[in-house]
Amino acid sequence: MTQGSAPAAAETRRKVHMQLLVNGEAQEVAFLPHKTLLEVLREDMQLTGTKHGCELGECGTCTVLMDGEPMLSCLVLGIECDGVEIETVEGMATGAGPHPLQTWFADLGAAQCGYCTPGFLMTAKSILERDPNPSREDLVEELSGNLCRCTGYLKIYEAIEAAAKDMREGSQ
Amino acid sequence: MARKVTYLAGIEGAERELTVEVHDLDADPWPLGAKLKYVGTEVPRLDGVAKVTGVAQFTQDVNLDKMAYAGEVIAPHAHAVVKSIDASAARAMPGVLAVRTSEGKRVTYAGSSVAAVCATSREVLADALAAIRVEYDVQPHAVTVEEALKDEVRVSPRRSNDTAGGRGGAMRRGNPDAALESAEVKVEAEYRTAIQTHSALEPHGSVVSIDKEGNATVWASTQATSGFAGGRLLRALELPRGRVRVITEHMGGGFGAKFGAQSWDVLCAEFAKETGRPVKYLLTRRSEHLVGGNRPDSIQKLTLGGTKDGTFTVLAGETWGTSGNGRGGAGCANFMGYTLPSVRMLQHTVSTFTARGAAFRAPRHPQGFFALEGAIDAFAAKAGLDPLAVRMKNDPHPVRQIQWKIGAERIGWKRNHRKVAGSDKGPVKRGVGCAAGRWSQAGRGNWSVDLTIDSSGHVIVMNGAQDLGTGTRTLLAICVAEELGIPPATIDVRVGDTRYPPGPGSGGSTTAPSLGPAAREAGLRAREALAALLGVEWKTDSEKVTLEDGVFKGPGGKKATFQEACGLIPDEGLRVRGTRRRNYDGYNRETAGCQFAEVAVDTETGVITVERVVAVHDAGRLVNTMASRSQVNGGVIQGISFALYEERQLDENLGDMVNPTFDTYKIMGMADCPQIDVVLTTVVSGFNSIGMMGLGEPATVPTAGAIASAVYNAIGVQVRQLPMTPARVLAALEGRQQ
Ligand code: FES
Ligand code: FES
Repeated sequence: MTQGSAPAAAETRRKVHMQLLVNGEAQEVAFLPHKTLLEVLREDMQLTGTKHGCELGECGTCTVLMDGEPMLSCLVLGIECDGVEIETVEGMATGAGPHPLQTWFADLGAAQCGYCTPGFLMTAKSILERDPNPSREDLVEELSGNLCRCTGYLKIYEAIEAAAKDMREGSQ
Repeated sequence: MARKVTYLAGIEGAERELTVEVHDLDADPWPLGAKLKYVGTEVPRLDGVAKVTGVAQFTQDVNLDKMAYAGEVIAPHAHAVVKSIDASAARAMPGVLAVRTSEGKRVTYAGSSVAAVCATSREVLADALAAIRVEYDVQPHAVTVEEALKDEVRVSPRRSNDTAGGRGGAMRRGNPDAALESAEVKVEAEYRTAIQTHSALEPHGSVVSIDKEGNATVWASTQATSGFAGGRLLRALELPRGRVRVITEHMGGGFGAKFGAQSWDVLCAEFAKETGRPVKYLLTRRSEHLVGGNRPDSIQKLTLGGTKDGTFTVLAGETWGTSGNGRGGAGCANFMGYTLPSVRMLQHTVSTFTARGAAFRAPRHPQGFFALEGAIDAFAAKAGLDPLAVRMKNDPHPVRQIQWKIGAERIGWKRNHRKVAGSDKGPVKRGVGCAAGRWSQAGRGNWSVDLTIDSSGHVIVMNGAQDLGTGTRTLLAICVAEELGIPPATIDVRVGDTRYPPGPGSGGSTTAPSLGPAAREAGLRAREALAALLGVEWKTDSEKVTLEDGVFKGPGGKKATFQEACGLIPDEGLRVRGTRRRNYDGYNRETAGCQFAEVAVDTETGVITVERVVAVHDAGRLVNTMASRSQVNGGVIQGISFALYEERQLDENLGDMVNPTFDTYKIMGMADCPQIDVVLTTVVSGFNSIGMMGLGEPATVPTAGAIASAVYNAIGVQVRQLPMTPARVLAALEGRQQ
């Protein structure tokens, strides 16, 4: 036990204390200033739904929404997120139940291993918030930063389109 | 204690009666046309909700109190001796818990570990690794097959690169020399495929934790939970297997590269023991590409001969490929699927200074079928025959004969196949092509599935095997559900944990056909146990209690729902076990498949666009058609990626991989995804009580061959090297191809 306590103390001193606005809740978090948002979410806030696939900005598994815009959280520093509204997959479902995208992804089998799924869900959510009826071309364009190796690519299209339809009909 | 059962198996249109010896405890095999309620339907995966809410826990997500992080310094050289390592600065850093160095080590591939650190945080770890200075004595190397085969480079990690290079596999049947001599039509060509890395989105690795009593828990991203803790890991932990629990709750893709514990997992275990803390180590993306496994490349020289009417008489060939510094593994399945009376084939696995290859979804097959189907197209062209007709003429498989017709109809072969290849006007030319696939996997092993029910009717089904995303959980639920007459979604399935009965490693498409029959039997045993309880309750012989449409019925109009029957279960609960036994004699060892592709090729830029793929596959009786469709989609997409984009590039001078990132090593993305038309032909395989076969691998076998065939039809010349990059397409068009 003594072995780890000295360095741990040193690390605590270097940590920054910040308020982060994650999934609609303001939370006090202490983290090392050079940590990425991905690391802060996963390691300091236990929000591991956002995935770590490459840490190089290439795979899209770490996608979160920052003020509604999809961002690769492995390329953003935690300290840059002051006053930013952050949304992760854990915040998608509301008291009223799962988000239609979640329902359709699950029902149509758009998640196979599921490692890419949270990233796709977040990107898709931001698309539908801007455009309730996106074309396939729009989806291709916006989702091209998200990779899936097992593939659900086709099921992912279908799930997003089905959710969009539900949401349009629900809001009428 | 066996009985004989006669029943109808095979496929509609080519069915056959089978008489099999069935163990007394085995369920009666379901015949072709059996009316089943859940088996063969579309069932959303049981863990779908966990995966869309972020609740599903992967190894990468395991964070434990006081957890430390391990990492390695990797060699940038293909061949070198480690002269010295200065790790003093790293050792002095606060937060560094342990350091290992390997002075004097002979490195035989770039990416090989030369030093390792365990630290309290990922940040300290990164600083410490960067502070380690390593001096190498760089040695000569060959990292590509062609370099390794050059006479002047007589170096090889296995010292086996003599004239032919590495270990070969030879095969001969019929009378190839005479057949080559007498062939009326003969074509000869060389085909090449590139090294493909597995590129699963979750990297390899594990978290190892040792509790106060000295028992270890290992969370691992593995395809073989039950077999993960082998010799080296157990030696590192100094524990017997029974005191090491392995958990793979969810895993982010494996594709053949994630079986037993590897060096990095052993390192984790050693550090956990040394530091007394849980230790986590998942590979970086760069290491994934360098050492995480790959499909060997190939150079395949083939000669295909036959008669003027299109009957093959002979195939001769020689192949070379490298599986890194491993032994064997670079063979090609380029002599399978079709009737070839005479064959002469010599295959070499050439040893190079690169990290070793690994099984990759249908090992040997996509590369083999790409070459063989290319040779068939060339043969058909030379004989002036329709390439599809030539394939059908030489195809011995009764199911594939049916599949070719289905596929041809769907792709519109008559309409869309250019009679004169490359005859479209304008710069963008279209064409269609086709290719066959095969696999053979009826499952194996005497695996058991445990099942418990309590008096509330809660059913728990357990096996240690992992669910890679293929849908193992859901599959077990469906097989049990069919016997119990309750919906699959109400069944609680627990997998991926050595606390449950051992399960198979997921390789070779074995998991589903190995576990499905055991799950079915567990369901049957539970049904019998409930019938026995009802028999006592109703004072009748339990044999007279039947289950119809989810309702138990007895003599005198007695009825009980599943729930009511479970109410009779005593406090001790009900526990049964289903065990898989020997396979029966089945309908056909080989599963058949074929794919058709339609492409557009821009002859000015060389860009190929795959517009449509029709994939027709057999996997025995399908249990969950939704999961089956996903498997086929995935196989096709990996196949397109292999055909058009993926290539591990090695720098011959430095010996390192030059594209170890997703920015430079391209895998197929959403934008390139064509329309995929999946046709699943149900074939009762007869090998087990369900009639299942595996599907993971066969779905990716024909894709590259079908696309290349379509490209040939579109532009009139073959592109004989994968990936078919724009530069290679243009070179082929200009006649610059080797
Ligand atoms: S982890 Fe951020 S893009 Fe891959
Ligand atoms: S489902 Fe496995 S990576 Fe997308």
